[in-house]
Amino acid sequence: MKIGVLALQGDFIEHRHSLDSLGAESVEVRLPGQLEGLDALIIPGGESTTIGKLMVAYGLLDALRAFAREKAIWGTCAGAILLSQDTGREQDLLHVMDIRIARNAFGRQVDSFETELHVPFLTPAEPPYHAVFIRAPIITEVFGRASALIKLEDGRVVAARQGKLLATSFHPELTQDTRFHRYFLEMAQLPHAE
Amino acid sequence: MEQQVSGFAVKKGLAQMLKGGVIMDVVTAEHARIAEDAGAVAVMALERVPADIRASGGVARMSDPELILRIMETVSIPVMAKCRIGHFVEAQILEALGVDYIDESEVLTPADKAHHIYKHAFKVPFVCGCRNLGEALRRVGEGAAMIRTKGEAGTGDVVEAVRHARQVLGDIRTLQAVPEEEVMAFAKNLGAPYELCLEVRQTGRMPVVNFAAGGIATPADAALMMQLGVDGVFVGSGIFKSGDPAKRAAAIVKATTHYQDAKLLAEVSRNLGEPMVGRQISSIPEQDLIAKRGW
Repeated sequence: MKIGVLALQGDFIEHRHSLDSLGAESVEVRLPGQLEGLDALIIPGGESTTIGKLMVAYGLLDALRAFAREKAIWGTCAGAILLSQDTGREQDLLHVMDIRIARNAFGRQVDSFETELHVPFLTPAEPPYHAVFIRAPIITEVFGRASALIKLEDGRVVAARQGKLLATSFHPELTQDTRFHRYFLEMAQLPHAE
Repeated sequence: MEQQVSGFAVKKGLAQMLKGGVIMDVVTAEHARIAEDAGAVAVMALERVPADIRASGGVARMSDPELILRIMETVSIPVMAKCRIGHFVEAQILEALGVDYIDESEVLTPADKAHHIYKHAFKVPFVCGCRNLGEALRRVGEGAAMIRTKGEAGTGDVVEAVRHARQVLGDIRTLQAVPEEEVMAFAKNLGAPYELCLEVRQTGRMPVVNFAAGGIATPADAALMMQLGVDGVFVGSGIFKSGDPAKRAAAIVKATTHYQDAKLLAEVSRNLGEPMVGRQISSIPEQDLIAKRGW
């Protein structure tokens, strides 16, 4: 299985390191042609406005929408924003997941934080998952084909899934814990019906 | 679910999100909007770009909080602001304003000739300038969560940015080849913390994200720095001192992403209008060089 990591901007190298440590082959994707032959794609953390503009500039919006109809895509933070339908601001998005997003929902950088999440669907489910939130978005609405995967104690949604599409508002690539990457690799191997 | 606010991972993490991107100097909210529209990953809010600071002389200080707040209200991307070297009260003020990153910057007039700010004491992360690995690791030791090579700000001449990037990356390669029993002497000669030298020797890279700055004025300059091995670029005077800032800014963003694709670089470099006039560093008297500030 070959995993692409969108390398327009952001922490794509960190994702590749996580994939390396699981023995998964990965390549960097900057142009539409580089999606060929990939089984799945990760859209990393970064600045969603920057990544969106670079997608538009070289025809990646349509290419990624087509990719999303058959293959697995996982967006972390900025990546989750780009998968969503709407952020309440005017910006370029893929509109492929039935989620709405509030950007910088916890505040500015001084409000960034780390916390332990209980994620029963990871293997193994214990110990709790250490999650890093950086100027993080919140999934404010999950509708249609999407469902909420992880909520904070106050009920706010920080991960959602829709078939083979996965959105997390935190950054598994910033930790040594590869359980989330393993979860995504398993997801990517499922047959492509949603 | 206990929340641990602003550990070092979170400070360093924001810089990791900026990688492969362009951070642009802006002096008005309108500039900030142009920068965001062009695809900047963050803006540096300041009253005067380095080229103007250089031209006007006098003491350069932290910008008016009013200006910084207006820029923070205007854009959704992170906003950085500069304080003087060693001026920890300017830093406290910037933290209170809620800026996302503080640049303890040699571009402003230093407030302390011996000490930099103790940056571990802050929740807000800091970026600092360096000319070599020793200076970089001293700043990381003080708590900097991001490093940028200094170059020579406000000149539009990339030669010092190249020299500093080659120096830092060369120092890392040298350190990797040093036998373990010689690391202490290496650290002593470099003036760098021993533990950080051990870490860099093992990983082969800087412990935090490393951008280039100081003299980058064209898409080709940005791609040059990326090919040399930095994680992203700061562009100060190079954008808003040029003939068509919006177009140049967007071109530099594309060049920073597609830095290895010469065909694409040729395409984005076309018809950008006048670049900033610039000033050759060799024509600047030694005592006027900004990069020498920092200890």
